[in-house]
Amino acid sequence: MSIVLYRIDDRLIHGQVVIGWGRPLGAEFIVLVDPEVSGSEWEQDLYRMAVPRSVDIIFADVEEARRRLPEWQADRRRGMLLTGTVAVMAAVCQNGTGIPKINLGGIHHRPGRRQRLPYVFLTDDEYQTLIDLQQQGPKIVAQDVPTAKAVGLDDLA
Amino acid sequence: MSNDLRGVVVAHGRIAEALVSAAEGISGVADVLVPVSNDGCDRDRLEERIAEAIDGRPSVVFVDLPSGSCLVAVLHRFRGELNVKVVTGVNLAMLLDFLFHRELPLPEVAEHVASRGSGAIRVT
Repeated sequence: MSIVLYRIDDRLIHGQVVIGWGRPLGAEFIVLVDPEVSGSEWEQDLYRMAVPRSVDIIFADVEEARRRLPEWQADRRRGMLLTGTVAVMAAVCQNGTGIPKINLGGIHHRPGRRQRLPYVFLTDDEYQTLIDLQQQGPKIVAQDVPTAKAVGLDDLA
Repeated sequence: MSNDLRGVVVAHGRIAEALVSAAEGISGVADVLVPVSNDGCDRDRLEERIAEAIDGRPSVVFVDLPSGSCLVAVLHRFRGELNVKVVTGVNLAMLLDFLFHRELPLPEVAEHVASRGSGAIRVT
C-alpha cells in the first residue's frame, strides 16, 4: 500500500499522528525523518513509546530517506512519513516523485514565522518552498486531524 | 526534602490548569503546583515553558501521557537532571498526595505519588 500520509509536524510522533491519523489510516509503519532523532538512541526509545507495538518505526536522516523512499513507497504495508520541518520534507521529496499529497500538521510559532492557521506558522521562505514543492506534483494541504477541514496552500498565503 | 519542592503539571489543552485548580481547591495549598499547557507549542517552546515553571527548583514534573509531546519535551530538556523527577499518568489523587508528602526526598516522593496515583484507579 506504500506511504499513505506524508506529514510535516514539529512535534513529530505524538497523539494526533498516532491516534488521529494512524488509526483511521491503518498505518503499519512510520518513517520519522529527523536529523537529530536519527542520531540519538534515547530519543528513538522515547518516540517508540508513543507507537503501538504493532506499528513498525523507522528512523532516518535525509540522505537515508532519499535513498530508501522508493523502497518505502513500494512497501506492501500502509505507512506514514513524518518530518519536523518544511526544509526536511522538501529535501526528502525532491521532484515530488510518486507523492500525491503532503499534509501540514503542527508547524508552530517561531521568530520570523507568520500565522496562517491556528496550528500553522510559516516564514515567507517556507511558504515559497511549499509552492515550489507543489509545482513538482504533490498537492499540499493543511489539516491537523482527519476530521478537520483541509486547507489548500493558496489559502495560507 | 525542603519546601522548595515544586510540582509542575505538563499536559494537553487545559488539563493541567484544571488539575492544579482542583488540587488547590481541595487541599487549600497554593503556590506549589504550576500548570503548563502544550497548546500552540513546538518542542522548543514547550521546553521553555517547562523550564520557566521549574525555575531552577527541585521539582516533580507530572505529565499526562506516558509518551507524546509533553513527555518528549520534559525528557529532552531535563533527562539526567538530578533535581527533576518525571511521573507520567498524572491524576488528581496523585497531586493531592504530592502536596502532603513534599518533605520526602525527591526520588521517594516521586515513587510515592506514582504508587498512590496508580492505586487510585479502580473498577467497581
